[in-house]
Amino acid sequence: MAMKIGEGKFKENVNNNMEDTFMRGAVAGAQERLRTRRLDAAEELGNWEEWRSHGEEIRKHVLNNLDYYLHELAENLQKRGGHVFFAETAEEATGYIREVVNANGGKKILKAKSMVTEEIGLNGVLENEGCEVIETDLGEYILQLDEHDPPSHIVTPALHKNKEQIRNVFAQKLDYKLTSKPEELALHARETLRQEFLTADIGITGCNFAIAESGSIGLVTNEGNAGLVSDLPKTQIAVMGMERIVPTFEEFEVLVGLLTRSAVGQKLTSYITALSGPREEGDADGPEEFHLVIVDNGRSKILGTEFQSVLQCIRCAACINVCPVYRHIGGHSYNSIYPGPIGAVLTPLLGGYDDFKDLPYASTLCAACTDACPVKIPLHELLHKHRQVIVEKEGRAPISEKLAMKAFGFGAASDPMYAAGSKMAAAMMKPFTKNDRISSGPGPLKAWTEIREFPAPNKERFRDWFKQHEKGGGEQ
Amino acid sequence: MKVTLFITCIVDMFQADVGKATVEVLERLGCDIEFPMGQVCCGQPAYNSGYVEESKDAMKKMITTFENAEVVVTPSGSCATMFKEYQHIFHDDPVWRPRAERLAAKTYELTEFIVNVLKVENVGAKLNGVATYHPSCHMTRLLGVKDAPMTLLKNVEGLRFEPLPNAHNCCGFGGTFSVKMGNISEQMVDEKVDSTERTGADFLIGADGGCLMNIGGRIERRGKPIRVMHIAEVLNSR
Repeated sequence: MAMKIGEGKFKENVNNNMEDTFMRGAVAGAQERLRTRRLDAAEELGNWEEWRSHGEEIRKHVLNNLDYYLHELAENLQKRGGHVFFAETAEEATGYIREVVNANGGKKILKAKSMVTEEIGLNGVLENEGCEVIETDLGEYILQLDEHDPPSHIVTPALHKNKEQIRNVFAQKLDYKLTSKPEELALHARETLRQEFLTADIGITGCNFAIAESGSIGLVTNEGNAGLVSDLPKTQIAVMGMERIVPTFEEFEVLVGLLTRSAVGQKLTSYITALSGPREEGDADGPEEFHLVIVDNGRSKILGTEFQSVLQCIRCAACINVCPVYRHIGGHSYNSIYPGPIGAVLTPLLGGYDDFKDLPYASTLCAACTDACPVKIPLHELLHKHRQVIVEKEGRAPISEKLAMKAFGFGAASDPMYAAGSKMAAAMMKPFTKNDRISSGPGPLKAWTEIREFPAPNKERFRDWFKQHEKGGGEQ
Repeated sequence: MKVTLFITCIVDMFQADVGKATVEVLERLGCDIEFPMGQVCCGQPAYNSGYVEESKDAMKKMITTFENAEVVVTPSGSCATMFKEYQHIFHDDPVWRPRAERLAAKTYELTEFIVNVLKVENVGAKLNGVATYHPSCHMTRLLGVKDAPMTLLKNVEGLRFEPLPNAHNCCGFGGTFSVKMGNISEQMVDEKVDSTERTGADFLIGADGGCLMNIGGRIERRGKPIRVMHIAEVLNSR
């Protein structure tokens, strides 16, 4: 699996997924819980708008000086004995990791949750090498057991599954015999995973934010699995998107506070881990070998363009949790491991319009995403920019739509045309009109009237009434 | 006060009663209404679909038409937002940018104008029944007009309010989205209709013609006994 998670067309996916009433109920419930928690956490902190501005400022500063901070990060990590590899493509990244794994005779690999490793399709590459790869985040673990079901959300990847479905997966794959109580399921997963931790050769983590000043990899988890993945195995590999970096621990603190509040409404997560290279003399634990893989995979092409602000993203999913479109279609409809508004902006940039040109239209431009984003990415504006690029630069819009829009531009801009058109509308629509309603409209109205009634154009337009009203001397 | 009305193409063609109510409410509050016949559509349908160049002529036409107005008032949060968007669209145009900025500075959505400019919170309206209010997305999030509608509605005699569950969720209109992604739009508007029904309201009130056409059209198709009203019509009830 890589970034693209299916071959289906967007509309087909949507139609299939909207049939899944369980998924839709789960998503709606989760959205309501997470939204309320986020708003409460923001209110509790106080001055939320100022914190957002501060977060935005930090992210913009880093992106504008990315070369400097990447250099500083790499230098500081190397000073501590870590290895740093810059991967321009997904293949370079997975190729390097494969070499590290093979050089260390790695057979059993433990992973903490990481979207970028999903993006580069790392698990598949390592499994092809004959390695056993085990996800240790509970959500990811469930999906992996369930025949590599793709994530449907970037923070809670198994959101689309209920506890009965999870129980069945555990019963089939782990010989689980207890009930679907979440506590029992979690305890069983914990006991099973504990054995894996103790016998793993290699640990692989993602990176929430790398801290340039110390060459550290900052990780935020609630289950503590990232700590075990990074401490127990002899060899440690961290994989990060090239933009996920902060100058110092001071900015790290600001962004972690924004991340945990926006993602799950927590002041802090249960565990915040900073990995700073291999074990040093006198350390009680930690890996003997430490590798950091910094992944570009299309990000540097976004830098300096009108889409640069999408790289401010801290992967909190606040935009996904408020999106009224995601609410009904679920994460799998997007065909990308990055769903929702952030996915609809980022996926076409990383994966191209050939596969993903429908995504920017999967939005009403309601701006709930922009409002929720803790680092102020103007997501709805970026969705609109995509549409502009698709129409104007890529020329990928349907011809009928192009003609309609040309006619719109011509008609709407000329008042005689507009006046004549709007005057004729009522007469033209007369054959379709009954009781001032159109229930089955022609042409472009067909799609509307399949779902809703359309009002018949007024016989007396407002402007006609106003002319009479004015003649009458205003107030009557 | 002299007020120049930007009525919006939806109201002009499909909701003339909303336009009449807007005029009557403002006249009762002492405004002298002017309606330039040169006004067309604000360009939003084409603009939001990505046809920026195609929509610019309509925008220029609107900027010119309203150039001499003292204040521009419109009964639509979304169309008011579009007038304020022009200055960004013409950001690199030395001729049109300053003209667009002047238009933005003098444009008000109807309820915002009544509450914040005319400083009126009770327009003397009367309407008996239970109502719920759908806050439209562009008006609340982009234009930033959140409180003015409820300030006015709370003072309508005889009207009792029930909160709309998940009011913050979009109704599924989104201009061309409503037909381009009709299957998703249907689910969104159905949830809105269901939420409205749960409040037991007689009236669903909103301040944007597009959203009301969408929700109202679905309510009619499903045969629900809920009357959809634009806020101007409510404020004009007596």
